[in-house]
This record gives sequence, C-alpha cells and structure tokens, in this order.
Amino acid sequence: MTTTRESRPANGAGVSRRDFLKVTALAGGGLLLGTWVAPSEAAAEAAAAAPALADFAPNAWIRIAPDGAVTIIAQNPEVGQGVKTMLPMLIAEELDVDWRSVTVEQAALDTTKYQAQFAGGSTATPTHWLPMRRVGAAARAMLVTAAAQTWGVPESECETSAGVVHHRASGRQLTYGALVEKAAAVPAPALDKVALKDPKSFRLVGTRVRGVDNRKIVTGKPLYGIDVTVPGMKYAVFEKCGVFGGKVASANVDAIRRLPGVRDAFVVSQGSSIGGGIDGWSLEGVAIVADSWWAAKKARQSLKVTWSEPASASQSSAGFAKRAVELSQEAPHRTLRKDGDVAAALGAAARTVKAAYSYPFIAHAPLEPQNCTAVVKDGKAELWAPSQAPQQGRGLVAKALGVAETDVTVHITRGGGGFGRRLHSDFMVEAAAIAKQAGVPVKLLWTREDDMRHDFLRPAGFHFFEGGVDAAGTLTAWRDHFVSFGEGERFNASAGRSGNEFPARWVPNYACDASVMPLGVATGPLRAPGSNGIAFATQCFLDELAHAAGKDPLQFRLDLLAADAIPVPPPANPNGPRPISFDAARMRGVLEAVAEKSGWGKTTLPKGTGMGVAFYFSHRGYFAEVVRARVSRAGQLTVEKVWAAGDVGSEIINPSGAETQVQGAVLDGLAQALGQEITIERGRVKQSNFHDFPLLRMRQAPPVEVHWVKTDNAPTGLGEPALPPVLPALAGAIFQATGKRVRSLPLSKHDLKWA
Amino acid sequence: MKVSFKVNGQSRSVDVPADMPLLWVLRDELDLKGTKFGCGAAQCGACTVHLGGTPTRSCVLPASAVQGMNVTTVEGLSADGTHAVQRAWEELDVPQCGYCQAGQIMSAAGLLARNPKPTDADIDQAMSGNLCRCATYLRIKQAVHRAAELQAESRAGRTRAASPDR
Repeated sequence: MTTTRESRPANGAGVSRRDFLKVTALAGGGLLLGTWVAPSEAAAEAAAAAPALADFAPNAWIRIAPDGAVTIIAQNPEVGQGVKTMLPMLIAEELDVDWRSVTVEQAALDTTKYQAQFAGGSTATPTHWLPMRRVGAAARAMLVTAAAQTWGVPESECETSAGVVHHRASGRQLTYGALVEKAAAVPAPALDKVALKDPKSFRLVGTRVRGVDNRKIVTGKPLYGIDVTVPGMKYAVFEKCGVFGGKVASANVDAIRRLPGVRDAFVVSQGSSIGGGIDGWSLEGVAIVADSWWAAKKARQSLKVTWSEPASASQSSAGFAKRAVELSQEAPHRTLRKDGDVAAALGAAARTVKAAYSYPFIAHAPLEPQNCTAVVKDGKAELWAPSQAPQQGRGLVAKALGVAETDVTVHITRGGGGFGRRLHSDFMVEAAAIAKQAGVPVKLLWTREDDMRHDFLRPAGFHFFEGGVDAAGTLTAWRDHFVSFGEGERFNASAGRSGNEFPARWVPNYACDASVMPLGVATGPLRAPGSNGIAFATQCFLDELAHAAGKDPLQFRLDLLAADAIPVPPPANPNGPRPISFDAARMRGVLEAVAEKSGWGKTTLPKGTGMGVAFYFSHRGYFAEVVRARVSRAGQLTVEKVWAAGDVGSEIINPSGAETQVQGAVLDGLAQALGQEITIERGRVKQSNFHDFPLLRMRQAPPVEVHWVKTDNAPTGLGEPALPPVLPALAGAIFQATGKRVRSLPLSKHDLKWA
Repeated sequence: MKVSFKVNGQSRSVDVPADMPLLWVLRDELDLKGTKFGCGAAQCGACTVHLGGTPTRSCVLPASAVQGMNVTTVEGLSADGTHAVQRAWEELDVPQCGYCQAGQIMSAAGLLARNPKPTDADIDQAMSGNLCRCATYLRIKQAVHRAAELQAESRAGRTRAASPDR
C-alpha cells in the first residue's frame, strides 16, 4: 500500500518549524543536499527519536530509510490530473523499488530545489518524463555502486529488482535499506549521464496504479486547502465589486464589527497595482473576519458597500455579440496569417459556404471554492493554498505585503479541481492581505457565488467563416475573421489565437484575420485554452464544407490531412524555440482508429440518431473523437456514446489515470456544450451557482471508450487535449440526426426538434 | 443554542447559532473535515451525510434540526476504509481531484443500504444529485456495482460465520 504524508500546518507562528539536515551524499547535477522540512510535528518527533543511522537522500525527491522504506517527493500541485501519482511512478521505475514500499509526500513550494512546480498546459509529462526518471536512476546507480564495493565485484555484474541489489554470480544480495550508509558516501552521478532503463523492461510504468491519496479521500482525511487549520485561526469572507475592477467608495464596516462573532471588518484597497498584468483583477473589497466562517458569511448579509464602478459596467454579452457582427462587416484590425488568394479561390470555387460561429464565456467552477489560509507575522508570511501556480502566487503575495519572496512560505495543498482557474492565485493575495490587516491567522473562504462571479472566465469568441471547395470536393479556400477581446495588437488573457491553428497549412488559400473589442471582465485559461472554443468553430465549419463537397465528414478530413502541407517556416529567431509542429500522419492515425472502433460508416442508425466526428491537436496531444447522439422529434437530446482515440506518444505512463483524464475531459466538453454559459450584464456575471451554471450529472454521462495509438514519440500530457474534439463531434452528430447546424453554444439555447 | 446529537456513534454537544448549517458544525466545530462545502445551496451534494440513515445535504440543514439525531459522516463509515463503498472506490480508482467523493460515497452507501443490488437506472436516480466536476461518473457507476458485490460477499461471509453448521 502506497501511503502519503502532507505538508501540515506547523504551530501557527509559521516560521518556527524545525528543519532537519539529513546527511547525505554530495549531489551532483545541480541538486542540493537533502535539507527538508519535517512534514508534521509527529514526524519531527519520530525523526528526533530515530536511531543515529541516517536516511539515504541522494537528491530532493528521494529518501530511503535503513528499514527500506522509500519516500518519494511529489513536486507538482495535484488538482485531479493524477500528477502526484504519475511523477513519483517515474522515479520509482528507475529507482527499481516495489511501489508498495513507497510513501509519496507532497513538496512545499521550493524553487531552490524544484523546477516548474505548477499544474498547467498538460506540461508535467513532457517536462518531467526524462528528468524524473534520471532522478531515480541516479539513486539506483549509487546503491549499485555501494553494493559492488561491499562485495568487491564490478558494478556491471550487479542488477536490481524491487529494492534489492543482486550479484547473481555469487548469489549474494543486499536490500536498499542495508545499503543506505554506504550509498550516502558514493558520489552522485551527473544526471544527464546516468543510464536509463530500456522502456521494454519497465515494471511500473504502463501499469494501472491507483491514486496515492485514494485512502485519505475515501476516509475523509484532511487534504485540501479548505481543510487546513492553524492555531488561533479566524475565518474571513471578502466582498468584491460585481463589476471587475470596481473600487470601494464606502462601506458600513463599523456596524459590521458589532455583529455577533465578528472580530474585524475593513476595506482592503491596493487596486490593480499588484495584478502584474492580470486583466480585470484588482485587490479591492471589504473583508469580514469572524470566529466562524458562518458568522462571517451571515455578517456579510448586512454589509452595505457603495462601489465606484469602472466604465466597463456598461458592457454586456448581448452588446459583445452585436459589436462582433459589426466588426465582422468591417475590414479586420489585422491579419494573423495569409496564404494564397482567398478571394480569388472563393470566386473560382464550385461551392462556397459562409457561416458565423460563436461560443460564450464560461466559468471553471472547480468544486472546492477558492480558499487560502495565511499567517502573516513579523514581516514573514506562511500560506496553505490549493494553487496551480504557487510560485506566481508567492510573487503576488510578496508584492502585496511588501516583503521579499524568500520571506513567503507556500505549502501546496491538494486542490479540489483546477481546470486552469487556480493558475491565478488571487485568493492567496487576498488571504495574505486580510491576515496582515487583521493581525491574526486567517482562513479566507469564498462562497460558490464568489467563485462564479470572480472567475477568470474562458472568453467568448466569434468566428465569421467563408470557405470553398472545388468540383472534385477538395477544400480550396478558408477565411476566418476571428472577433475577440483586446486593444490594439494585444488580446485579453486567453482570448488570442495563433494564425497557424489547423486548417492553416492544409488549405492553399487561407486567411486568419482578427478584430478585437475592449473587455473589462477578467479572463484566463480554461482546460485546453483557446482550443476548446476554436475546435468547436473550425471543426464544425469543416463539417459544413464536407457536406457542401458531398463527402463523408471523416473521409473529407482524412483527404485534407493527406494533402501536401505548406512547410513550417523557420523560426524568426534561429536560437528561439521552434513552434510545436502538427504531424498530419499522427492525426490520421487517431482518426482511423476512432473510425474503426466506433464502426463509422458501417452502422445503420435509426432516424433521429446521428454520429459526428472531429479531431484536434492541442498541448502536444492528438485526439479524434466520435459522438453518437439521439434527438427525439420534440428536440430532446441524448448523448449515447463517445469514442476517443489519442496519440500522446510511446507510453501511457499510468493507464488508470490516463483513461480517467480522457473520460473526464470528454464529459467536461459535453457539459460545456449542453448548458454552460456565463452571461455578462452591466459588466458583471449574471450566474451565481449550479442552478444556472449546470455541471454534468451522472444521468447525462454517456459511456466514453478510450483507445490509444502508441507512436514512437516522447510521452506528452493528458489533462487537456481530449476535450476540444468532443464539442464539434457532438454538433456533427446533431446535424446528422436532425439536419440542424448548431453554430453557437450552449445547446440549451437551441430548438432541436425535427419532423 | 446548545445542540446535542450523535456523530458517528459518539454523543456530541455544541453551542452554535441555531441557523448554523450542520456542515459547518461538523467541519469547524467538531473538526470533521471529510464533509465538503461545494455550493451552500443543496445543489452539488459534496456535503452529503446520513441523518438517521438517510443521505441529507448538510449545507442547508440548520444545527437546530439535528437535536437528538444520529448523524453519520464519511469518517463514520469506517476509519480505515473497510466499508464496501470505500473499498470499491479505491479498487476502481474513482477519484480525480477527489473533492466530491465523500458526498458521492455517502449517497452510494445510502443507496446500497436500501437497495443492495441497484441497476444502472437506480444508480443514476440515486446519484444524479451529486456533482463531480471532474466527471468521474463512469468509474462511480462501476464502483457502486462493485460495492454491491463486496457488500453481498461480506454479508454471505457473516451469515456463514454465524451459522453453527458451517
């Protein structure tokens, strides 16, 4: 049984934890000595009472005790993407230990030891695939050296399995635990030189491994940010202006302070100076600090605030939609990419199609509302936060408090969902500012309504398409006038796009134009940012062109991907990063796989039932998906089944976690399509809770079959890329079932009845 | 007001405002953090506990309403994860973020207590009030079926053990 230990609240003073230096080998390759913080008082006491023999801690990720117990540090935040299990698996594989002997421990934020401690962009796998394996392999090599020295045999005659070094020739063996003292004296090898296993000999990678926190989750142990308690802690709520960026003009804080259970109430006003370029966010509001969260929340009902609202208070979703149409009829503000001559190709086309697509703002709505516990004392701060980007959070906290980043300690808690919302750590800054002003440790907890109204929303988007096919049914022209949010050359956060998104390069006459309108609402990345909206629009329009060409939607796509592509230009800066290029062969592979598994073109469907197909490349992953849906004559939609085929490289590191990520992403996309929309009225979010922002419910969840296409490419991530294709695939199924094109989301606003 | 009730078999007494929801009594007064806050409006089910054996949303249930009642939280199913539903949840590797799972588990345990062999439709009916933002629904459904098997096995085991013949 793999167990876990958490970075627990210490003693409330926040800075008087006991640090332990575990005497270890000299670590090469830029690794530090194993200085670590005792995870809890209990562990500290146990360590203090332990015998003199020290653990073997060859680097910042591994400790092996003399009794053979192995502790592996999970460095990244876990928000449900499975990284707390997956990254330690990579280390354990190369270390060659029995997974059942491993305890996984969550690291606190420590930029002196760890790199890229964040959860975003499906990057953990591609970033850490080799480095984490090297960390394990380096420690294994030191243990082998220690054993070989003990026996006086060459290292090449030694092998390892499940935490034991063997010398087969003599039948001798030593456990890792027995070797800890000797291994600590072995110089650590350079990480980039250490030998890695041939993937064919993997014992753990590629097997179904259960989440390391499962036992704690099913027994209700404290794990999440909301579960943190520190001595002397009070509870806070924070009222902000409904209009993003609004300031407090006045508030009845004196009256609030007299309410039962309330300790303090005050205005926090640091404006947008701390935001560091976060659009639409500022540290402005009224805090209420009370003996219980319930008392704080109740007092908030009596709070009267006069707000000074910014000019964006006049903005609305309806206004944006109207303005987008106006902009689409004008010359675009700029052109993001242009190949050939679209106008001429449209003129010469056998058939042309023109269509406008749009998608709304949507919220992340992770189930654990934003929260953070903060202790601010004597110019130092200690925080416990379910952040996806704790390092950015620490920077903002330091700025808000006017202290050095080295004076801010951040403990990474498990997050009750992320989906990109917690890449912004606004809740950390608020908690720190409130704790400082209140002079007591504070747990700030938002309500669901706070979360819905103060999100960094997935921006709405508008696409005005024109396309043409020739007499042979080949796509010859494509133009997308993308209308989004921004000013001048700048897009608002996550509201931009590249001109190189598919089908760019596969259409000889192609144009991607862009126009923008100003937006006061805060926006940010939502699971597969950009792609989750653009995939819907572009793949749906591709379906319309397939229909115009008289071709099967799957075959039309395969034909397009088989065509010669315009080569990727060399990077503008020859020393800069090369753009991630799109490999049409890999996409054809997943399309063919999903076609076969779903019985595409071989299934006779009853009237009112349809199948749709779509693909998308995002976050280095290739996914094609087929949706089968039924629509009753009255317009009632039932999604019957989804097939997904994915190519994320040569290995599926943890098939249990990988499968559930794909199923979750697909169902997440269905939820977006079915009913999710955030409406802006008078500059503020209209929705407030799950009654008007519906998440998917069990009875709406169809089976999702997941298939892997393994290719000879380095493994890549799975948090995001399975989401985008399901939306257009569903729209395609609805078209086949009803003859109705859905060109905007959500579906709840469409009448799907047919005769 | 002073409220006395049983939590996970133990008698507890708290002095709280009469309208403080049971959720906050459990979490902040009794330090039982397993029960989760998701919406505060009985819409997501993350706060589900058993009240007199029936799955109930604790986020809208005032403390005054539990006077003298029996409350079971996820911590009370079993501390070591041996309840059939907990075992099935681990076996099927249900959690992603895991935040909603205490509520899911309490709803599933309530279902299996009154319907030891539920159909897919029964599960949809009983579980559709519990939201999972990660959408682990496919695993949850499998796990409810698996928990039903485990429960039946352990009941059969108990029956055999209790039988003097065998």
